[in-house]
Order: sequence, then C-alpha cells, then structure tokens
Amino acid sequence: MNKIKSEAYWKKNLKYLVILLSIWFSVSFGFGILFVDELNQIQFFGFKLGFWFAQQGSIYVFVILIFVYIYLMNKLDKNYRSKK
Amino acid sequence: MSLQLSIWLIVGLTFALYIGIAIWSRASSTNEFYVAGKGVHPIANGMATAADWMSAASFISMAGIISFLGYDGSVYLMGWTGGYVLLALLLAPYLRKFGKFTVPAFIGDRYYSNTARTVAVFCALIVSFTYIAGQMRGVGVVFSRYLEVDINSGVFIGMGIVLFYAILGGMKGITYTQVAQYCVLIFAFMVPAIFISIEMTSNPIPQLGFGSAGSDGVYLLDKLNGLHEELGFSKYTSGSKSTLDVFFITAALMIGTAGLPHVIVRFFTVKKVSDARKSAGWALLFIAILYTTAPAIAVFARTNLIDTVSEKNYTEMPSWFKKWEDTGLLKFDDKNGDNVIQYNGNEMINELTIDRDIMVLANPEIAQLPNWVIALLAAGALAAALSTAAGLLLVISSSVSHDLIKRIIKPDISEKGELVAARLSAFFAVLLAGYFGINPPDFVAATVALAFGLAAASFFPAIVLGIFHKKMNKEGAISGMVIGILLMLFYMTKFKFGWFGGGAESDWWFGISPEGFGTVAMIVNFIVSISVSKFTSPPPKEIIELVDNIRLPNENDD
Repeated sequence: MNKIKSEAYWKKNLKYLVILLSIWFSVSFGFGILFVDELNQIQFFGFKLGFWFAQQGSIYVFVILIFVYIYLMNKLDKNYRSKK
Repeated sequence: MSLQLSIWLIVGLTFALYIGIAIWSRASSTNEFYVAGKGVHPIANGMATAADWMSAASFISMAGIISFLGYDGSVYLMGWTGGYVLLALLLAPYLRKFGKFTVPAFIGDRYYSNTARTVAVFCALIVSFTYIAGQMRGVGVVFSRYLEVDINSGVFIGMGIVLFYAILGGMKGITYTQVAQYCVLIFAFMVPAIFISIEMTSNPIPQLGFGSAGSDGVYLLDKLNGLHEELGFSKYTSGSKSTLDVFFITAALMIGTAGLPHVIVRFFTVKKVSDARKSAGWALLFIAILYTTAPAIAVFARTNLIDTVSEKNYTEMPSWFKKWEDTGLLKFDDKNGDNVIQYNGNEMINELTIDRDIMVLANPEIAQLPNWVIALLAAGALAAALSTAAGLLLVISSSVSHDLIKRIIKPDISEKGELVAARLSAFFAVLLAGYFGINPPDFVAATVALAFGLAAASFFPAIVLGIFHKKMNKEGAISGMVIGILLMLFYMTKFKFGWFGGGAESDWWFGISPEGFGTVAMIVNFIVSISVSKFTSPPPKEIIELVDNIRLPNENDD
C-alpha cells in the first residue's frame, strides 16, 4: 500500500514537471528564440511580440511557473500525508 | 551636500549596517556556519539568494550590454532567470530533503565514493574562483570611480568587510547581510529607472514605459529602431547572432545557473522541503524585478544617448560628457575634424566609443537626478559585488573544510576544529581573491561568463541524474563530470586564450560560441554518464533507498 502510494506521488510529480517544463521551454526557447521572427510580425502595445517574450514575457512566466509548482506540490504533499 | 560627501555618508552607513548584522548573527556551530542553522525564512532566503546571485556584473554591466546588443542581449535575461525554474523543479527540494551542507557532499554520498566527492570539490573550486576574482575587481572599480581612492585600496577595503562578516558569521551572517544588501541594491537600481521612465514616457513603471510612446507620440522602440537604421546599426529589436548560438548560450546560462554551487547551497538553509521550493520562487521574483527593469533602462539610456550626442556639436555637450571622458569610459575622436559627433555603426565613420558600464553608472547624471541618487547607486553596486563575493567565499571554505578535511583527510576532526578550519580557509580564500582583484589575470572578464558553462558541464547532469535516474552509479557520474568539465575547459581555453592551436570564429564547432558550448559539454556529460552506467555495476541497495527517500515528502510537515 505504502509503496503504491509513493509511486503514485512520484508519478504525479513527474507529470507536473513535464507540463511545467514544456511551458518553460515554449515561452523562452520557443517564443523568445526559435519563433521570434514570426511573432515579431505581431504588435503588442509598443513591443514586437517576439522581442517582448524574449526580454519580458518569458521572465514573468518563469515566476508564475514556480509559484504554480509550489501550490501543486503543497497540495500533493498534504494529500500524501493525510492518506498515511 | 556635495556629491563626494553624500557618497561617503551613504556607503559608510550601509557598511556600518552590514557589520552590525554580522556581530548580531555570529555563528557558533558548523551547522550555523555552513547553512545558517537551517532556520532561514523562505522570503528572507529568497532575498539573500537574489543578492547572492546578482553580482557586480548584473548591477553595473547588464543593462549596458543589452543596450548595445538589443535583442541579442535577451540571452542574459532569459538565461539568468530561467535557471531558477530548473532549480525549483529539479534540484532544490530534493537536495534540501537530502539535508547535507554542500553540493560535493551530495555527490559524494549519492555516488558512494570519495573520488566523486573530490572531483566535485575541484569543480566547485574552479567555478567559484573564476567568479570571485571578478567580484573583488568590481568592488575596487566602484571605489575608485566614486570614492576617489585607487583601485587597490578599494579592493583592500572590500576584502576587509567581506572577511569580517563571512568569517565571523559564516552562512548565518552572510544570509542576513545579503537580505540588507538586496534591499540596498534593488532600491538603488529602481529609483533612477523610475525617474527616467517618468521623464521619457510619463509612465512610472519602467517595464511598461519602454513599450509606451514618448512625448512625440511615437513608440519608444520604433523610434530607437529608426535611429539605429539611420545611423547604420542593426535594428534594436532584431539580433545579429545566429539563432542556434542564441539557443545554446541561453541554455548554457540557464543550466549553469542551476548548477552553481553558491546558488544551490542557499537552499540548504531553510527549515523544510516545501520552503526550498518557496524560496526559489521568491528568489526569482526578487531577481525578476531587476531583470525586467534592465531592458527598459537599456532602451531609455540608448535613446537618450543617441538623442544627446548624435550630430551635435562637441562644445555643446553637457558636463557629464566631459566627466566620463576623463575616466576613459567615453572617447571622442573627431575623425573628419568638423567638431560634430558622428556616432555610427560603420567603424570608418564612427567617432564615439562608449563603455557599456556607463549606461547604468552615468544614468542618474544624464537624467539630472539629485546627488543622493548617485550616492545610492555607488552603495548598490558595492552591495551587489560584496554579497556575491561572500556567497562564493562560503562555498570555497565549506568545500575545503567540510568536504576535503572533514570527509576525506581527517574524519576525526572535532566540530570546533572544523569551525576553525572553515574560518581559516575563508581567510585564505579572501586573500587569494584579493590578489586576483589587484592583479587581475587577463582572462577574468572572459571567464566569469564561462563559469556557467563549467557549472553546466559538470554539476548539473550529476545532480539531476542522481535524483531522477536511480540506476546511475559512481562510474557513470565520475566519468561524466570529468569528461564534461575537461571538454568545456578545452573548448574555452582553445577559443578564448588560443591554447591547443587556438582558432577563429569560423572554426567554432557547429558555429557554437565558447559561451554556448556549456550546453554541448552538458549533453556529452549526460551521454557519457548514462552509457558508462549501463556497462558497470548498479549502485548498492542503500543508495536506491536513499534516492527513494529524497523523492518523497517527510512524514510530518517539517
């Protein structure tokens, strides 16, 4: 029982990691670097969108990603402990 | 009040504050000396991490670099922030759960081998020393520029201060001093930025300001792009580096950040695993305040500068122009003898050479802000350099006293003896750092950026595999680290210092610069580690259990 629960906990954690790191990769390496020229065709206030992602947007998303992970893991930890 | 007096006053006050904190937070055990007794609040730890992380280079040079590179400068912005996501998600909580003092301690225990421990100690020392020399130099430069003492005396004063609070307080003293230093440096960075943003765009938030329109109704970035095209520079919002190189440099900086021992060790200082995640979040938030402001300052400063100097008569230049000309950071060479400044992307016509550091340092003067703002900037730059130097110093001293002496050379040393050893090694590390600050080897500037490549190539794979790949054994990890760091050292010395036959830009492997090569060396490290581990015996049962244990939360909420 214990082992199954531990494995479930770890699997869930890995799932969160994959999702959050895909977002991490997309906003920086994707929007900010690989597709920057395409996104620069779009005007976003006084910015070209690709440029904005590279110098502003990606950083905001990074901060949000960590706080989302904190929230998800606190919930997962609590769940894990209560089922003991 | 005269400028000189306000600078001495503000710098003096901040120094008194740091020393006061050091006396209040003296360390009395190795636990306090190495990891501040594991009782630091996550928000305080976030601030300390931010100050630890943001060095003289972030504070003084980054906005200027971006200002000259435009879009290409994004590698530093994304690279030096994105690594915190990796830290928070892949490293910090597990290393905290593991619960030891240092990175080599984790590597040594996880790979059940003193060879692995020794390799990790040497990697930590190489990375930390390349970094700390630049910090001491930064302290000296700020002193000489603002306080009119010569660079060497500046380095001595800086050494004295760091020595005092690092040796007395260890991690505990450093942590609380860094909290104060963060407050000083972020205030010093933001005040001029907000003033200038209001002046240029009437928007007080710089992050929004540089996407707004100036008084003429034209978006600032469009205006700057226009000016750049007119003067023969490449467009500000597009880069000139290849996409591949931008990709690899960004990756190397991100992964390097996550592998830097002086950053990782900060997460050992909090009370529980969930606090390690939290402090990574707070740290990035505090860092992001500066890192999202820097590109705004870059645009303001660049536009201001071009507006002020381009095609203007030399005799009409404001007083700051003359002053910075005296320091050699600004050079005017009237090539066509018309007494008018031609600032141009074409080297043949260009008459003005501008040092990148001027963008932050001269900003308050260019924007005509009061003296106390300029004084604050000097105090902020010193806070940035001192806090980073202290953090690095601690890594060096704990690597020597704990990982080398206590774990390998003399395991029966008493706690008191280990504490003495830790303080002694901090003392010698300061002397060595000071020596490099006074006699900087030519490669200092080049290697600070490369320290990230070294960290990415050595530590990151060993730690990540240690947590996420149970079957990773000592043979794999050791060969990965050794090959990774040697490959990185080879590439960097070959193309930066001309060893091993040297080489030009056209000889770069796959067109990847030495700054971006850390990513390649890291990939090689991963491949070597995994392949070697497949052909050697798996780790013993206790290690599998250890890995299982660090993956799970504690039974209770602590």
